[in-house]
Amino acid sequence: MSSREVVLRRVRQALGRDGAPDADDVVRGEAAVAAAAAYSRSGDLGPEARADLFAERAGEYRVTIRRVAAAAVTEAITAELTDRGARAVAAPADLPEAWRVPGVRWETDGRDGVLLGTETLDGCDAVVTGCALAIAETGTIVFDAGALQGRRLLTLLPDLHVCVVAQEQIVQTVPEAVAASLAAARKGAPITWVSGPSATSDIELERVEGVHGPRTLVVLLVG
Amino acid sequence: MRDERLMRLALFIPCYVDTLFPQAGQATVQVLRRLGHELHYPAEQTCCGQMHVNTGYQREAIPLVRNFVRAFGAYDRVVAPSASCVGEVREIYPRLARLARDPALVEAVDALVPRVHELTSFLVEELGVEDVGAYFPHRVTFHPTCHSQRVLHIGDSPQRLLGRVRGIELVPLPDAQECCGFGGTFSVKNADTSSAMLASKVARVLETGAEVCAAADNSCLMHIGGALHRQRTGVRTLHVAEILASTEARPWRQA
Amino acid sequence: MSGGTPRARPFERAAHEALQDVQLRRNLAKATSAIREKRALATGELPDWQALREAGRAIKAHTVANLDHYLMRLEQSVLARGGQVHWARDAAEANSIVQTLVTATGAREAIKVKSLTTDEIGLNDALASIGVHALETDLAELIVQLAHEPSSHILVPAIHKNRSEIRELFLRSMGLKASELSDAPSDLAAAARRFLRGKFLSATVGISGANFAVADTGAVCVVESEGNGRMCTTLPQTLITVMGIEKVVPSWRAMEVFLQLLPRSSTAERMNPYTSFWTGVRHGDGPQAFHLVLLDNGRSDVLASEDRRQTLYCIRCSACLNTCPVYARVGGHAYGSHYPGPIGAILTPQLVDTPEADTLPFASTLCGACYEVCPVKIDIPSVLLDLRHRAVERRRLHRGRLAALDTEDGAMRLAAGIFAQPHRYRWVQRWARLVQRPFVKDGYVERLPGYLGGWTRTRDLPAVAGTTFREWWLEGGDDG
Repeated sequence: MSSREVVLRRVRQALGRDGAPDADDVVRGEAAVAAAAAYSRSGDLGPEARADLFAERAGEYRVTIRRVAAAAVTEAITAELTDRGARAVAAPADLPEAWRVPGVRWETDGRDGVLLGTETLDGCDAVVTGCALAIAETGTIVFDAGALQGRRLLTLLPDLHVCVVAQEQIVQTVPEAVAASLAAARKGAPITWVSGPSATSDIELERVEGVHGPRTLVVLLVG
Repeated sequence: MRDERLMRLALFIPCYVDTLFPQAGQATVQVLRRLGHELHYPAEQTCCGQMHVNTGYQREAIPLVRNFVRAFGAYDRVVAPSASCVGEVREIYPRLARLARDPALVEAVDALVPRVHELTSFLVEELGVEDVGAYFPHRVTFHPTCHSQRVLHIGDSPQRLLGRVRGIELVPLPDAQECCGFGGTFSVKNADTSSAMLASKVARVLETGAEVCAAADNSCLMHIGGALHRQRTGVRTLHVAEILASTEARPWRQA
Repeated sequence: MSGGTPRARPFERAAHEALQDVQLRRNLAKATSAIREKRALATGELPDWQALREAGRAIKAHTVANLDHYLMRLEQSVLARGGQVHWARDAAEANSIVQTLVTATGAREAIKVKSLTTDEIGLNDALASIGVHALETDLAELIVQLAHEPSSHILVPAIHKNRSEIRELFLRSMGLKASELSDAPSDLAAAARRFLRGKFLSATVGISGANFAVADTGAVCVVESEGNGRMCTTLPQTLITVMGIEKVVPSWRAMEVFLQLLPRSSTAERMNPYTSFWTGVRHGDGPQAFHLVLLDNGRSDVLASEDRRQTLYCIRCSACLNTCPVYARVGGHAYGSHYPGPIGAILTPQLVDTPEADTLPFASTLCGACYEVCPVKIDIPSVLLDLRHRAVERRRLHRGRLAALDTEDGAMRLAAGIFAQPHRYRWVQRWARLVQRPFVKDGYVERLPGYLGGWTRTRDLPAVAGTTFREWWLEGGDDG
């Protein structure tokens, strides 16, 4: 008997069954649990209020938030990269031209199917991306390797991450964000939730920012 | 209220109250009589078995469950000045009756359990009384025991009763919700940890400047009072019932 | 083990030692009270916190009741996305599987994300035995690994160390000069970052645990703060995840509950810095080989008891540790297990059958503070009671007739015999009143012998009353 069979048999014995449960019963049980749920699954804030809440909450994690009109994104990106002395900047292949500001060396990942080497990425000072969505209540940005985001490594190695978040991309609550990510999850996309720069509370429980991952996260909130 | 006074009300006086703190039982009697109730005391009662169950000797507690049912089964209400013992009866007796695989006992326990009450919640929630006519002109701090809060959920019944005592100066106890460290046989099996927790509780009590530390359970008071006495702090412990029994005409004196 | 196996001793003895470690007491008191306050704020902010707890409990209850179904579903989903799934009956088998997988890559070093499950099975030692160094990359795990000590807390493993102790450790292990490193936490974190960067970039094998695994989509989830989890699960070519079978959740939707419960309960934040989900393998993005090892190692035994099954709901948030007045005074090492605190007191004796483990259910006053904070509503006091009963039965079974000689066992049986008969009880009261006389001073007993001696080391005890309540009642019951 394989280990798989042994473990499954042990589980069934423990539960007082001979075989697997009826799949329909399980589905019904799952639905019953969901139906009994009494927590709130959505928010009632309008888009402006959501954006304000997101800015406030993300700001508490030491994320730098810049509210920017759509027409001023290029300028804002330029300012962030220049102010922080970024010279080599990584980008996903589908980053809009308007965001590829002059004055820096762009390293594009995935252009014509060619991925940047790890050393190259590590050598980048910054990365500019969009995002899949953002969560107001928790100040979280969600990435799903989809449009304007690129693969995971892009937002992990460079020390400065400039992320463009459109107001329409902001949902209020965690349940709404999970629901909005369902399609990506079903496709098996890698999904990363980012809430501030990295931190540790491992030393006397005092929170310290910037362990691994980008130490500076700048959000350009467009809308 | 007339009807309530006609009910057959039995006193459940826990073993350690009977043996070491009879004054808490006497005070309970005084308070309930003052409110016009006729009381019964089934003399065959002994012990609820909490010590056994909490130390892992569940089977040994089964005869004690039977004795309890025999002693109290005939009464409309059973009242005890002890949240932990009432908690034992309400939460654990059904389990023990099932462990005994005795359907008759299960039935008897299930019928009796809802009729067993802790004193302060009986007064406030069942009788709807908060002012029992008490007078106690002293500085008092109140320790809300873990069982009363987290098992029985009696909430602030004791505080409400104490709040209506004339002359009392109630001082809040800092970190009141922290366990005092008694835990039954934990106090001897893990005596060191118990003492460390007790040290914190005693420090908080002394911080209040209170003359009296009160609680709705003599078990915790035995432990807290045991240290207050050992350290010759001059602070004493009293069961809430003793404060409620005290009147201007007959001030409560320690037995 | 990251830094070693915690020494298993009877709890009372371990606690006795720990209570006298003044530095530990201070570190723990400060840390646990700070996080308790933060946690209260984080959970108090959500008006539906209680509804979320109930949902978390209900989802877990439904999952474990259908665990085989969901494990098979998870396997199917992971396979469909190019991952591989291995089943391990016990620690030895899990270690053997991982050893084989790592050997196949030719790697001599693997980078690890902190995982209690891998500590439980002793994976680091198993890899060391085949010449593979498993490098811990969580700051605290790195600290305890460098210190060759076991972790003392499931979330903050180095909670027992303060900043200057950590600085000393880094100076020694990272070959730094004293002038280069202060004891400011930010400096210490920066030193760790530099030390680990090179390791991340060159590693070919990553090893992780999993906080959750979603059956319907196949997503595996790691919840973290530092970013080392992202590094370990994104950079290496091969990723191996060892996961206890109880970590599976039915659906993607269930994550809307757990991603609210876990961050607020554990680090007391609205959301932790990084949560990563990956499914199988994805071409050109992350590891190209993914292995999920499903571990039983006694969990099916826990499942077998209807009352104790709830132990498996645990999402490893550590709120119970931070709330427990016992843990806050003795720390994690005293529990002698990779799982300390209240959850450890119920999980350890169910996974490990030793006399030392059986002392853990008694390491509690049953105050219930843990149950109050548990995000998935595990009734820890109830399971503790059940395990105390089991401990006594097990001891009787192991010792046979000799069990009768145990002081406590004998005393309990004697007491039960007395309490079962009202006349015996009355007789013993009168007898006690007589024999206590030489020990009573001004109404109190100041010294008790033997088993009860622990009481009188720090407390007085009132003497048996001159008139018991029963006697007073039978004499008329009037206060006159």
